[in-house]
Amino acid sequence: MSGGMSGPRKKLVHLAAHFPGVNNTTVWSDPASGSQTDFASFVHFAHTAERGFFDFLFLAEGLRLREHRGQIHDLDVVGRPDTFTVLNAIAAVTTRLGLGGTINTTFNEPVEIAKQFASLDHLSGGRSAWNLVTSSDAFTGENFRRGGFLRPEQRYERAAEILEVAKEWWDSWAGDAVRADRAGGVFVPDGAIAPVRHRGEQFDVHGRFDTPRSPQGYPVLLQSGDSDPGREFGAATADAIFSRHGTLEAGQAFFADLKGRMPRYGRRPADLKILPAATFVLGDSPADAEQRADHVRSQQVGGQTAIAFLEQVWGRDLSGYDPDGPLPDIDPDPENVSITRGRVRHERDTMALARQWRELAESKRLSIRELIIETTARQSFIGTPAQVAEQIDSYVQADASDGFILVPHLTPGGLDEFVAKVVPELQDRGSFRTEYAGSTLRDNLFQDTPAQLDEPRSPASQGT
Amino acid sequence: MNGPVMNGPTMNGAAPGEAYLAVELTGAGRHPAAWRLPDAAPGELFTAGYWTGLAQLADGAGLDFLVIPDSFAPPAEGPGAEATVRGRLDAVAIAARVAPVTRSIGLVPAATVTHTEPFHLSKAIATLDFVSLGRAGWQPSVSRTQAEADLFGRRDAAPAEVLWREVGEAVEVVVRLWDSWEDDAVIRDVSTGRYVDRDKLHYIDFTGEFFSVKGPSITPRSPQARPPVVLHLNEGVPDGADEPGVLAVAGRWADVVRLSAADLGAAAEARTRVRAAVAAAGRDPDGVPVLLDVGTLLAPTADEAARTADRLDGWAEAAGVPAGDLSGSVSWVGAAEQLAGLIGDAVHGVAADGVTLIPWALPSGLRLVADELVPLLRERGLRPAAARGGGLRERFGLSRPANYFTEAQV
Repeated sequence: MSGGMSGPRKKLVHLAAHFPGVNNTTVWSDPASGSQTDFASFVHFAHTAERGFFDFLFLAEGLRLREHRGQIHDLDVVGRPDTFTVLNAIAAVTTRLGLGGTINTTFNEPVEIAKQFASLDHLSGGRSAWNLVTSSDAFTGENFRRGGFLRPEQRYERAAEILEVAKEWWDSWAGDAVRADRAGGVFVPDGAIAPVRHRGEQFDVHGRFDTPRSPQGYPVLLQSGDSDPGREFGAATADAIFSRHGTLEAGQAFFADLKGRMPRYGRRPADLKILPAATFVLGDSPADAEQRADHVRSQQVGGQTAIAFLEQVWGRDLSGYDPDGPLPDIDPDPENVSITRGRVRHERDTMALARQWRELAESKRLSIRELIIETTARQSFIGTPAQVAEQIDSYVQADASDGFILVPHLTPGGLDEFVAKVVPELQDRGSFRTEYAGSTLRDNLFQDTPAQLDEPRSPASQGT
Repeated sequence: MNGPVMNGPTMNGAAPGEAYLAVELTGAGRHPAAWRLPDAAPGELFTAGYWTGLAQLADGAGLDFLVIPDSFAPPAEGPGAEATVRGRLDAVAIAARVAPVTRSIGLVPAATVTHTEPFHLSKAIATLDFVSLGRAGWQPSVSRTQAEADLFGRRDAAPAEVLWREVGEAVEVVVRLWDSWEDDAVIRDVSTGRYVDRDKLHYIDFTGEFFSVKGPSITPRSPQARPPVVLHLNEGVPDGADEPGVLAVAGRWADVVRLSAADLGAAAEARTRVRAAVAAAGRDPDGVPVLLDVGTLLAPTADEAARTADRLDGWAEAAGVPAGDLSGSVSWVGAAEQLAGLIGDAVHGVAADGVTLIPWALPSGLRLVADELVPLLRERGLRPAAARGGGLRERFGLSRPANYFTEAQV
């Protein structure tokens, strides 16, 4: 506890909760692992997050089942619900929790996205959030009539333009359009719905939108890109960014870089929250936590999973190798890096990565499985509740982030212990809310941000 | 697979002489001036509370399902447009929002297929089925106008027969995607480290005139496996004629057919056409109920109903709202007693297997359905004493469907 702290007010820690789903960190083999699709799992998870005063719950999306070596990848969780539909249902069982999800900009049109987010925002009383993801792969495109037509270099171009058009649709209804004036006989005055005409590289659309402006106006906008154009896009448009950077120093550098890019878009650093993805394991003692973390890692990386990971880097069929034995003698095949499809690929130089892994395995005498556990599965926070609270708090106070999006390893109870034990510690430290500040997600996410003089936050101030 | 178990043939469905009863919920009601009535809630139309209130009323009345129409059509323009309700929310979103707070009623959102990807529709309706524990259905509909096409900017408006041919393909893609996961595909086999048995996941490899879709779905098979497909034979078609091309789609894919007709005689004829189309597709016409749309303005007495109708028409006329055909179908302005008689006549005279009520005014029109109409129908043996349990398919006596990818292929 740090009750004696004085001086400048502490930053508030913001937390979001990533529903553990189609992800190699999700442990499905544990007896406590529940259904990935039954609504009861989402209700449980959402209730826990709301009990812990989290800013929002988050659902990822993938529009094609992942494949590895030409077959559906069967070692991780497979299958998930439709993002909008499950978020609208969760709105019925929560009152303050934000509801965020990934919606792909390549396989949806702006008018559909605009209507669906406006509807979610109305039906949740202003709690929607959109993680814009743009993919360019023909692999996913095979599920859609329009195919995977996007060139990779057009990704941010499309993202920026779809956001621009969606904002045009959202802005086309005046905030006070619905007068519902019985006596005067005017429901919506004619001038309150403006026509939209947009002609750009990606879209040529015009007409009038059929959904009134929602409580937040726009959903809260989330971003996870880490490339230079990704950072630029985030600085220009995002309300929160998920990109993950391991060390405190790397986090601080990213934080400073992103916030430093904002003024040229007329935005203040406080208008963007940096919420890196983070994993955690709790224990009764430091040693207990380490032991549990080891156990979770061994559940996350089974023998077959270790081989599949190695195949992603090697670009070869390594099914004949023993996961508990040494690394293969043969070198990676640099021509075959897309052995796994439907998930984010290693953008690094795979030959260099393979060399690095081989050196690590030799120096520490690691088996294939031990190597994969060592390089991919280390949790972000491991310790007692007090230790984890301290780690999170100090990271935030040091401006390495504004909080975290937590990725538990179990569905649906993976957040229960955190909310029961770490949240009170954070509250005792004076860096976490003890009640929701407002009714909309934007109210809560920016509760510690002084209002700008030109409120309400207007799109005109956010040049894209 | 968790969720309601509906294996094997079910003995459900309407008993002989009973009527299926559904309701369509549109904004403040079908009459363009309904929002001005004292008991309307015009300021609430875009809130969750309004829709959960309506859905819970319908659920409490034991209705079989509710339909939420939808469209991308731009808000009305021109004379009188200011005096009508403009704006709508996404129907699947509304259905999902009300699912956790209702118990037994089927939830049937309209979803347009003309500009929307069947892959998205498939997982949206399957997910509605998960969050409602097996009460989802959907009503595929089309976007006819160039104004709607311009919102997307990808293609021009097409003739109705092309649009309905496309609906046929879209429904096929959606249903194949629903079947692309076998019921027991998730195995969680710790000994081999496999979460799914990939032999029980199927590429649909659909290629048609309008779509090519690879599959499988990203969403596992839902509690009902195939939420019922509700097709409207002639929605918005002025003279009550069938939409060109719709009968073929209904014959092959509909689990329930809705239609508008000017009177019971016309309804009976349309029902005969539907049954013939179903038979022509090799299916049993007795398995596909046909529901007649009935526009309703209910009041405690016929006089009161007539006065309210006059008032509504007066407002519309004064504002210059074009006097449209309210439901394009049989309408009833009066007391519940006579409406119960009309429903009895429709079912006994085999003009329909039930009705979809289209209230002119909400929520008042729905309250009287719950408080007066349904009790009367129960007294007359036209409705079961209590809502039937189970999923929406069970309500229609539909057994759990075989899986396209595992049933013997001829």
